[in-house]
Amino acid sequence: MRVDGKGLIDRDQEVSFSFDGAEIKGYSGDTVASALLSNDIRLMGRSFKYHRPRGVLTAGSEEPNALMTIGSGASQDPNVRATVQEIYDGLEVRSQNAWPSLNFDALAVNNLLSPFFGAGFYYKMMMWPKPLWEKFYEPLIRRAAGLGGLSELNNEGKYERAWAYCDLLVVGAGPTGLMAAMTAAKSGVDVILCDEDSMMGGRLNAETYEVDGMPGHAWAAQMVNELSQMDNVRLMTRTSVSGAYDQGTYGALERVTHHKEAEIGEPHECFWRIVSKACVMATGALERPIAFRNNDRPGIMTASAVRSYLNRWGVTAGKNVAVFGNNSDAHRTAQDLVDAGVNVVAMVDSREGVDASGDYRVISGGQVIDSSGAKGLNGIRVRSAKGIENLNVDCLAVSGGWNPSVHLACHMNGRPVWNDAISAFLPKPDMVPGMIAAGASNGEFSTADCLEAGVEAAKTALEKIGAKLTETDVPMAEDGEYDITALWTVPHKGRAWLDFQNDVTVKDIKGAAQENFRSVEHMKRFTTQGMATDQGKNSNVGALAILADATGRSIPETGTTTFRPPYSPVAIAAMGAGAQGVGFAPQRFTTSHEASVDDMDAPMIEAGLWYRPSYFPKDGETHWRESCDREVGYVRNAVGIADVSTLGKIDIQGKDAGEFLDFAYTNMFSTLKVGKVRYGLMLREDGHVMDDGTTARWGENHYVMTTTTAAAGQVMKHLEFIKQALRPDLDVNLVSTTEQWAQFAVAGPKSRELLNDLLNEEVTNENFPFMGCGEISIGKVSGRLFRISFSGEHAYEVAVPSRYGDSLFRELVKRSENVGGGAYGMEALNVLRIEKGFITHAEIHGRTTADDIGMGKMVSAKKDCIGKTSSERPGLHGAHREQLVGLKPVDNSNELFAGAHVFEKGAEAVRVNDQGYTTSVCWSPTLNTSLALGFLINGRARHGEIVRVVDHLRGKDFECEVCHPVFLDPEGGRARG
Amino acid sequence: MRIKCPHCGERDRREFYYVGAAQNIARPTPDAGPDVWNDYVHNRENPAGRTRDLWQHESGCSAWLVVTRDTNTHEIFSVELASDSEEAKR
Repeated sequence: MRVDGKGLIDRDQEVSFSFDGAEIKGYSGDTVASALLSNDIRLMGRSFKYHRPRGVLTAGSEEPNALMTIGSGASQDPNVRATVQEIYDGLEVRSQNAWPSLNFDALAVNNLLSPFFGAGFYYKMMMWPKPLWEKFYEPLIRRAAGLGGLSELNNEGKYERAWAYCDLLVVGAGPTGLMAAMTAAKSGVDVILCDEDSMMGGRLNAETYEVDGMPGHAWAAQMVNELSQMDNVRLMTRTSVSGAYDQGTYGALERVTHHKEAEIGEPHECFWRIVSKACVMATGALERPIAFRNNDRPGIMTASAVRSYLNRWGVTAGKNVAVFGNNSDAHRTAQDLVDAGVNVVAMVDSREGVDASGDYRVISGGQVIDSSGAKGLNGIRVRSAKGIENLNVDCLAVSGGWNPSVHLACHMNGRPVWNDAISAFLPKPDMVPGMIAAGASNGEFSTADCLEAGVEAAKTALEKIGAKLTETDVPMAEDGEYDITALWTVPHKGRAWLDFQNDVTVKDIKGAAQENFRSVEHMKRFTTQGMATDQGKNSNVGALAILADATGRSIPETGTTTFRPPYSPVAIAAMGAGAQGVGFAPQRFTTSHEASVDDMDAPMIEAGLWYRPSYFPKDGETHWRESCDREVGYVRNAVGIADVSTLGKIDIQGKDAGEFLDFAYTNMFSTLKVGKVRYGLMLREDGHVMDDGTTARWGENHYVMTTTTAAAGQVMKHLEFIKQALRPDLDVNLVSTTEQWAQFAVAGPKSRELLNDLLNEEVTNENFPFMGCGEISIGKVSGRLFRISFSGEHAYEVAVPSRYGDSLFRELVKRSENVGGGAYGMEALNVLRIEKGFITHAEIHGRTTADDIGMGKMVSAKKDCIGKTSSERPGLHGAHREQLVGLKPVDNSNELFAGAHVFEKGAEAVRVNDQGYTTSVCWSPTLNTSLALGFLINGRARHGEIVRVVDHLRGKDFECEVCHPVFLDPEGGRARG
Repeated sequence: MRIKCPHCGERDRREFYYVGAAQNIARPTPDAGPDVWNDYVHNRENPAGRTRDLWQHESGCSAWLVVTRDTNTHEIFSVELASDSEEAKR
């Protein structure tokens, strides 16, 4: 029900939204919770386990009960707190965890069965028989117990992430935060002020206090206005700082368009990473309820929430209200209600000797022991020295005291300390380096104290930042005492709720202690106390007070559970913004990508981040093998063109470049002649092969290295490490030029003929012998030509600056097709190299040494190199190791698969008899057989032997002949042309 | 986590590539013997407390760095170029 003349809502602007299909009206400035309350709707949800009717408990992000699903379809957002969700025209809100309806929930039967459903019930009762757990019990529990669900559709909702930097981050814009921000801002430092609410001011917007002679909310608005005019201040509303991380980094979730229809381009949420030199934590405090029998009925709320709805939103949560508290602050609710003309039935204060003179009836030394009302509160039972009386009320405001919001201060594993005076935990200084806790979050509860604390915190922060303070006046404000006598639970039979969200009762906590789950962490896991969206913000302290009592320890001895980010829920989509779908990893395209995909219909495969063509299908081909075999034929018989730009290219220059390469590679490069290319092998320091490739000597002090596609990044890092850390004495410089050059293999017997038609220079066996290199030009474009071969054929690689890659590729393909060749893809490239026994990372997979792949002699005896010492260890070479071999089926109708295992002929195919395995396989159209490269113990000495090859996975088992890994042209005559 | 690159200033840890102990820099001579090499290649301390790590400013200037930090508190004490580190002088 609305109260005239109260609230900071805009009564000229009516807003309508839907709740479970019904149209609800509210005003601009309302939350779903305040709008529902103003329409006298108290029932807002069903509880997690017992499906008890629940109403809203709080007025903030800590809300455990009033969780809603917002929107529908792919972008539906479950478990949104009605206390946070602002209303706007067209907003669609649905209640959760109730079927068929919120008002009539069939699973409320769970409530009647509650004697069987205590904490630990699932663990104890549904263990047997075990197979039933997954198929029966778990789905059953999931259906019965739950929060909101996801749509299970792909959420196209837009999320963003962003970075922000400041000198001072102020978290929370209540009186403390506003003063801290203003003090720092006036001193000239860069300030970011974040508040999770849509309106800054914190409790000032929910109280009737005056600050500086004006209403608190008006003072706050004036401060915000002033701050918003300052260039060095950034105000971020609807932004919850979710976590504190190392070196002044904070996570924060901004709800960008939760409060309105998103305009095109606007994200739903933005996850900020804020980097600050210092931080003032002015996160305030949260009120906790008191546990008593049936304390969970709709209409029972925290005292501060009742005050918030009245003062901020002009809504009274009931017509006849009682207040139940153990502290002085609760009286403000009674007073504000009386002042607003709402009937206050009684102020039940559990403290003895409370002043009973005032505008409302005070029951001193009283306790609420029970409540009534099936779907909404209609009465309470009060016990005091005078006996027991029943009061007819439709709202009960409860205050068990205030818990400072210490969460952020504890995110780096610090533990808060217990303070007896306020019966609550307080942060210790420096739990998070650079963070200063101030105001209510530090146990300073009066407005005057908060304002002062804000200034003091800013002073401390300015010192940390190294900035000079400009003095700020502290305005006058209320300075009331906070008096509390702890009361956690009212002793009585029946169920008294602690954690409303997880349906955890006082009895459950005591049960945990009885079962010897005495550690607070164990109690949490056993009972589910403090889990899910609210993380027990209202209930954790009460629960551990009861655990302390049940186990005969003090509260500080019992301790708290661990505080972990996020403070309030953050969607994974927000944290991972930009990384959905194709955004998950960058895509690297070669210059021939467009021609390959658009014009030649090549299916692409991923090679690291690169996309490379698998094959180039022709009309009439129905299987990739047809295309692949044809493309292999191009290279073996005419000329084939392949884009090899993805191989890493590293430009190495300096007078010590040769010596540098001698140290990185196992073999010698300082002796390589200018204009020549050499194959090189790199080891890791543990003696295993890291990578291989060719390196050309371009000039006296200039080398051009190629790496494999897969290891390009790793090799670059490795070379940088050698240069910077191991051999800083060498005069050498490195730069990756992978993306600067488009490079194409021109391979096959007609390759030179093709090039000689295209290049300005004539290519001969004299100026470009096998493993020669040099500059060439095509028209007016200068390029590079390398006579190297990964196919075993007479072949070249031609490189031009990337901007000419597309046109050169198209030209090369056209010219090759004119002489009976064409483009070839990765499948054909793989066949060509297997036929020739050339290795890739399938063979140098990290566990093979130079000796294993038959390159032991490439580790030069004349010099030291990375990995040399380790490679000489006894275990890393010799006949006992699995060595690279070729394998050919005896019957060529058999097809080899990678990953098959090799056994001696006739041996049983079991692990202990394992002799090796296959790594790369192909169908060789050239040799008309399936081929494999693989490893076999003492394989080099076993060429000609017949072995058993078994693929347990695919059910293959046949004999193969062990042979030299170079299946084709072992003399290499073709490449020398 | 923020690391202050000597070349680029303070940057987020996402710009850096982590490798492991700074001991990688102190490469023994080829004739140092199997025990020394075994320690260099394979054996690493795993301290709860002060540690010296190798990082590379991969998305920045490519500098290899030695970061001295505390594995308990995550405090960073110093960041230096690998070539300037005490390990490089061994």
